[in-house]
Amino acid sequence: MATPGGTNRASHSLDKSITLPPDEIFRNLENAKRFAIDIGGSLTKLAYYSTVQHKVAKVRSFDHTAKAGVQEADGEPLYEISVQEEITARLHFIKFENTYIETCLDFIKDHLVNTETKVIKATGGGAYKFKDLIEKKLKLKVDKEDEMSCLIKGCNFVLKNIPHEAFVYAKHADSEFRFQNTRPDIFPYLLVNIGSGVSIVKVESEDKFERIGGSSIGGGTFWGLGALLTKTKRFDELLQLASKGQHTNVDMLVKDIYGGAYGSLGLTGDLIASSFGKSATADKEFSQEDMAKSLLHMISNDIGQLACLYARLHNLNRVYFGGFFIRGHPVTMHTITYSINFFTKGEVQALFLRHEGYLGAIGAFLKGAEEDNPNQYSWGENYAGSSGLMSVSPDLNPMQRARSGTFDMLEMDRLERQLVNLPLLQDPSSYIPDTVDLTEDALAREYWLYCFEEALDGVVKRAVASQKDQPEAAERAEKFRQKYRHKLQTLRHQPFAYGSLTVRSLLDTREHCLNEFNFPDPYSKIKQRENDMALKYYQKVVRSLEELSWEQRQFALVRGILAGNVFDWGAKAVSDVLESDPEFGFEQAKQQLQERPWLVDAYNQWVERLKGPPHKCALFFVDNSGMDIILGVFPFVRELLLRGTEVVLASNSGPALNDVTNSELQIVTERIAAMDPVIQTAVKEERLILVQSGSSSPCLDLSRLDKVLATVVRERGTDLVIIEGMGRAIHTNYYAMLSCESLKLAVIKNSWLAERLGGKIFSVVFKYEVPSKAQGLH
Amino acid sequence: MELNGYHCAGEGCAEAEDEDTAGPELLLPAGGEPPCSSAAAGSGEKAMADGPAHRERRISNSTPARQRLDSLKKSRPPFPWFGMDIGGTLVKLVYFEPKDITAEEEQEEVESLKSIRHYLTSHTAYGKTGIRDVHLELPDLILWGRKGSLHFIRFPTQELPAFLQMGRDKHFSSLHTTLCATGGGAYKFEADFRTMADLQLLKLDELDCLIKGVLYIDSVVARGPPECYYYENPTHPENCQQKAYNLENPYPLLLVNIGSGVSILAVYSKDNYKRVTGTSLGGGTFLGLCCLLTGCSTFEEALEMASRGESTRVDKLVRDIYGGDYERFGLPGWAVASSFGNMMCKEKRDSVSKEDLARATLVTITNNIGSITRMCALNENIERVVFVGNFLRVNTLSMKLLAYALDYWSKGQLKALFLRHEGYFGAVGALLELLNSS
Repeated sequence: MATPGGTNRASHSLDKSITLPPDEIFRNLENAKRFAIDIGGSLTKLAYYSTVQHKVAKVRSFDHTAKAGVQEADGEPLYEISVQEEITARLHFIKFENTYIETCLDFIKDHLVNTETKVIKATGGGAYKFKDLIEKKLKLKVDKEDEMSCLIKGCNFVLKNIPHEAFVYAKHADSEFRFQNTRPDIFPYLLVNIGSGVSIVKVESEDKFERIGGSSIGGGTFWGLGALLTKTKRFDELLQLASKGQHTNVDMLVKDIYGGAYGSLGLTGDLIASSFGKSATADKEFSQEDMAKSLLHMISNDIGQLACLYARLHNLNRVYFGGFFIRGHPVTMHTITYSINFFTKGEVQALFLRHEGYLGAIGAFLKGAEEDNPNQYSWGENYAGSSGLMSVSPDLNPMQRARSGTFDMLEMDRLERQLVNLPLLQDPSSYIPDTVDLTEDALAREYWLYCFEEALDGVVKRAVASQKDQPEAAERAEKFRQKYRHKLQTLRHQPFAYGSLTVRSLLDTREHCLNEFNFPDPYSKIKQRENDMALKYYQKVVRSLEELSWEQRQFALVRGILAGNVFDWGAKAVSDVLESDPEFGFEQAKQQLQERPWLVDAYNQWVERLKGPPHKCALFFVDNSGMDIILGVFPFVRELLLRGTEVVLASNSGPALNDVTNSELQIVTERIAAMDPVIQTAVKEERLILVQSGSSSPCLDLSRLDKVLATVVRERGTDLVIIEGMGRAIHTNYYAMLSCESLKLAVIKNSWLAERLGGKIFSVVFKYEVPSKAQGLH
Repeated sequence: MELNGYHCAGEGCAEAEDEDTAGPELLLPAGGEPPCSSAAAGSGEKAMADGPAHRERRISNSTPARQRLDSLKKSRPPFPWFGMDIGGTLVKLVYFEPKDITAEEEQEEVESLKSIRHYLTSHTAYGKTGIRDVHLELPDLILWGRKGSLHFIRFPTQELPAFLQMGRDKHFSSLHTTLCATGGGAYKFEADFRTMADLQLLKLDELDCLIKGVLYIDSVVARGPPECYYYENPTHPENCQQKAYNLENPYPLLLVNIGSGVSILAVYSKDNYKRVTGTSLGGGTFLGLCCLLTGCSTFEEALEMASRGESTRVDKLVRDIYGGDYERFGLPGWAVASSFGNMMCKEKRDSVSKEDLARATLVTITNNIGSITRMCALNENIERVVFVGNFLRVNTLSMKLLAYALDYWSKGQLKALFLRHEGYFGAVGALLELLNSS
């Protein structure tokens, strides 16, 4: 990870067997508190809470009250930008082999300055064994927590907070991992934990769970029997053996008894009738690989069968599998999946978890952190600081399975607000934000990974330019480059590393990496300049619109938004133009637009609708700063307000590219209000209000929105949702079904994407959707 | 060939035997109801061999009893009477030896038939591996009007070629008999029977045969040790003992057949059943693993080793992990947490004996069958479980373990029942089909 770019390219990017310097692993130890440790049979998982000091760009309005006519204050910027330190909370989880435990404890002791912490929560079978060592080294009292309740607590936590946590494993599909969407309600579910034995737990709510059964035939049986049968000592090596074996040499199949299938029962000839049935003889030798494979099948099938019987008895169809037997091993995920499919004929899906190995540590940590009330917050996986899902098929790179020296990390940031579903989603449980799943679409993946790699130089340059006053910015920017490039390389080989790979996750990963190296808002100055510039034209634009007839004006307003949306530093085609021609203007942008009929053109229906009664309340997810928000969105909003529609403007909570943030939008709105009595009155009467989306992404996940936004939407009786821009309306939400009218509008500023949609660059998407009556009644 | 004592087969038999002196009472329900009141309707006395052919003839004659006697004589298959179940590991053969052979019959009996009869009944072992389970023999049995003994013979499936060779040598095919066979081998070796011994097999479904066989044997065993039994006080080893169980009204019933693999059937009536599930961890797994782990080569050897071993040295128990009971989840300290779990550790691998390993294998397989059975019983809402199959032969350890496990984990709700003729029911069921074969 820390090796300079280039040396760990391609095949080596998969090889994690190098021992990493501990300070890259145990990050932010200076501020660490609330430790928890989960010591398993071979791996230790350490958890702690830290506070991270981050630079954030803040905007603050200059005091203009003395002056009237702001628009004339030439040369003076609209608002001031300052970089401040902000403290955010972060959870760190580190996984390493038990052999490193002493070294790791020493390192922690040396770097731990915080003295408040007195206790370390511990769970897992090894917690007893290492109790004295931990107490001696860290001078913390070991407080043991029940393993199972930690596991469940951890499981609930990841299922709630990490999108794409759960996945279905399909060995022979294009992408092995099919990630599941976060569900509004995660309960009830069955957790089958396959450690040395098997525990089957029914989880009904945050605090209610019950061990409904189990089996003694588990990972310990595979390991123990495997070691006896093959003389192979290590669990991983046994799996390795198994993946190379032929179980049909050892097992008695239905066809060995019947000569073919047992048709009347629908039992195919290849079905195992008797595990190890062929080895009931003293005078034959069996290969180690074959025996290991047979053993693996025997145990996986048995566990799968019991899990199904329990699932059926308790009427549950979500079954998560975990424990060291599963832990990211494709071989066992495959055999368990196969078994579940066989026994339930597809009624029950075997689900696995990306962070399965951390559940105990997360749970133990949460138990110790109850006074911080971590469950009242939403948390987000930090892509910059997390290793992501390892492992692909073991045949690909056998050495990769040998985990010696591997440190695996998960970091989660506490989000400032609780995130919830948009109440206007037609079916929250089937909502998928992303339009294209790059994990499954290899061509699209290839293109976008290339695209992001190409754009990297520009992003680095932009980052340095945004901090000209800081001499070490170039160095940091270089680190950012390495980090992000490494992420892209990882994703090229393991597209599933952070759940489904999407344009959104690529963008978010870039934002996380920029933040990591203290480039909180590389576009802050550009945004400031563009907002400034656009404000000067606002009144002129509004006046010219007022001169138009109603019909003409409606069209001009829509074209205005679209033209504004051309100004997008996130699109390479546009950022090149903006870079070379800073004077590129609003009118020029309009000329770039595709003429009607647009690629997707529902304009006529929209205008017809406008001839009817006004909407009660419109929720507008805005996009870029500058021309977009000021000359495109505001005039449109103004028209809505004049029609008697209330407007809620939803903007990002934190910066992403040149997207307008909530704090910037507040200043912009004040400025416009000062010039425009319509806006001013609407603000005063709270018919125009600004809310945060809760996101810091150029894309939009309607299932993770600020709780306040959801409340406002509900209270105001919102009946129109407008989503603007490529990131929010094309890369995400293009297919989102809402329970009220919706407008999705964007200019396609990427020729590859435009072509995919059947158009050319600067094609226009204007999608107006009305839910059918039946659905509207819900 | 006019003989006394024609008796019915099927469930009515115990009664029929009592009526021995009262006159011939044959295959069909007492009272000679008209054929339209289907014999299958509820009475539970429908004979195994009831077929349309009999009914027709019955209408045309005057006294129903006489009529049936005649029809039976006509339809009764010629000797020898065999039923065969060719499993993955063992071939089970039942042979009906007529003991009521008249001098006239004796004279007419062809040489090959006589030779087979003498060969089978005068030996208790055949070759190196064939065995007649003398203790299971059912003497004085009346089948299709003939009185005789039912013999139970088994040999390994891999010896089937030798068996076929013998059939050829003894000119079995000249008898023009039908050989009723069930089990997978009936399909797999059908061609071999034809080419090697010139024998035509009547292939029968193994689960049909199994259920027919169970119901038949249970109904004909009236004397001697009870066919069906259970273990009283299974959770108290010192008071645990076999008790007879009356299987007169058996439905619904979970029938668990443990052969090389395991099939679990839910039986709702004589001819209404379904296969609920099965598992590949069965008798074959026990023996297969024991052979690999201990170098033994027979089931008896493996069981003998198991009886001298200690599984707790091999398995990881709940108390090995938690120091005692895992109270939070109601798991007793003695419960196995991980089968073979101690074998993850090299020192422990080096310290266990082959006997310990054999015992652990037996306990693992048995407990697992118990656990799957219990879940099926819960899902199917059935409380009575009958375990059959050759895995249980001379395997008191497993039977007691199953009885214990079912009783303990179901808190006394489930009862484990066993049958003395464990592995032979499929073969018996096949034999009973002989009457339908003509």
